[in-house]
Amino acid sequence: MNKAEILIIDDEPQIRKLLEIALESNGFKVWQAETGKEGMVMAANHPPELILLDIGLPDKSGHEILKELRTWYSKPILILSVVNNENDIVSALDHGATDYITKPFRTSELMARIRAAIRSNQSTNTTSTLVFGDLEIDFLARTVKKNNEFVKLTSTEYQLFVLFAKNEGRVLTHKYLLKEIWGLGSQTETQYLRVFVGTLRKKIETNPNQPVHLLTESGVGYRFV
Amino acid sequence: MNLLTIRGLAPQKQYVICIGLILCVSVVCYLGTFYIGYKLVALVLLMCVSILAMLFDILPVLLAAMLSALIWNFFFIPPIFTFQINNPEDLLMLMLYFLIALVNAVLTFQIKKAEKKAREKEEKDNTIRLYNVLLNSLSHELRTPISTILGALDTLKENKDKLSENNQNELFDQIDKASIRLNRQVENLLNMNRLETGMLKLNLDWCDTNELIHSVINKLPETHSHIFQIQPNESLPLFKYDRGLIEQVLQNIIHNAILYTPSNTIIKINSSHRSSCCIIQISDNGPGIPEHEHQLVFDKFYRLPNSKSGGSGLGLSIAKGFVMAHQGTIKLEKSEEGGAKFIIELPVEASYINHLKNE
Repeated sequence: MNKAEILIIDDEPQIRKLLEIALESNGFKVWQAETGKEGMVMAANHPPELILLDIGLPDKSGHEILKELRTWYSKPILILSVVNNENDIVSALDHGATDYITKPFRTSELMARIRAAIRSNQSTNTTSTLVFGDLEIDFLARTVKKNNEFVKLTSTEYQLFVLFAKNEGRVLTHKYLLKEIWGLGSQTETQYLRVFVGTLRKKIETNPNQPVHLLTESGVGYRFV
Repeated sequence: MNLLTIRGLAPQKQYVICIGLILCVSVVCYLGTFYIGYKLVALVLLMCVSILAMLFDILPVLLAAMLSALIWNFFFIPPIFTFQINNPEDLLMLMLYFLIALVNAVLTFQIKKAEKKAREKEEKDNTIRLYNVLLNSLSHELRTPISTILGALDTLKENKDKLSENNQNELFDQIDKASIRLNRQVENLLNMNRLETGMLKLNLDWCDTNELIHSVINKLPETHSHIFQIQPNESLPLFKYDRGLIEQVLQNIIHNAILYTPSNTIIKINSSHRSSCCIIQISDNGPGIPEHEHQLVFDKFYRLPNSKSGGSGLGLSIAKGFVMAHQGTIKLEKSEEGGAKFIIELPVEASYINHLKNE
């Protein structure tokens, strides 16, 4: 199999170098762009498997590049962002970014995000069941098992679980989840989401207080792993 | 209303008050002319102008001076109801009245200006002093981890072949820890800056406080040897606050608890609610904090005397700032076990939707 190609768009040479070494040692082929403009040209000439985009680029806002890329590029775009900027992250995710990671980040975490993003993009799932550690979902029978025992989910909980299961490893924003499940776009309805995530955790997590599957991304959304 | 708020009134209001006061006093004096005589009225009016001069800007005060002189002339100096003055003594008195009122207004205005300047200078000096404390504390807090990182890296580079694998791993761990510490300090500084510049905008959303408490504990580095006791509170409603900020508040308090109490100290975290107020209590059975320091710990850069290195004195002041941004309160008390007990109260919107039967 050919090495998957990744395009890095980041103005910091140190970060680019670090990412290059980390990605190459994890079996990826790396292309680099220093500016947003350069990145757009490179992406167009040679569409990569995934784009790592710094949202705080100097020449053009990362958000604009994201919007322009999304007019034609449908593969994963992972946002690199600085911490303390949840609104920025949420806005990027709602405008088509696949996932995000905040600087400073741990390389292992970045690799996990990249793999999850590529996997969910390539997923041509033909089986009717999926397994996540101790959890198993059967889409045909509409059942969920934990440690081989059936878990009784209400219809909303099941819908929520399916949505998470189909986006394993990816962060899903509050807005996205609300729209998909309840058809609501408004941030004010997140109280429903909190309640159902709470009850879902009680059913699928061994210790609901220390969730290992359904993780909270503070101020952004939830991630299922 | 204190003096400063009166001084800060809008110009229109100042004019209205000046004119109003002069008119009221004039009416009262007019009714009492028979008893006090028209000459004393001048003194009463002069006193009013002096009081106004202490409180207000120069223009409304000058207007009051002018108006009172005209009123005195028209209604009090015989012949009344004319601006005409027959007696040279009265004319001299009117001129003197006007002059004194003017001088009074201008002088008071100058004094106020000088006062303001002095206050500003003092504030500036305070800022510079604080800035120096910050720089000293900062350079220490930032340089310690940087030194660790550079030293460990040099050792690893230069003695690659001589170091045992154990020692190499130890150095890598040190670099790791120092970087995390560095990052924490930078985050604290950024947060402080957000608070000070008023750039803090609350990102309010419904939060599950039990979940928040657990996620803070779950995110702690595994190296600590403290015992956490968390009482899950199933009856707690959802509250609307800024999750990121409150997470930071809890993190800072718990970080301190871990840093400044001996191993195996029990740290208890309780959450409760009173009408629409979310209450979170964090207490420990450590050595506690002397009572006279209970107020001071929330001050910026304040560190307990003889406390061990590793803090910048920012953590609790940021916690207080973030709680206050929610109109809440944070206080430190002595815990039942003699340790420290932090009580956070957030008067925020509550939702009992989580108590509904889940369909």
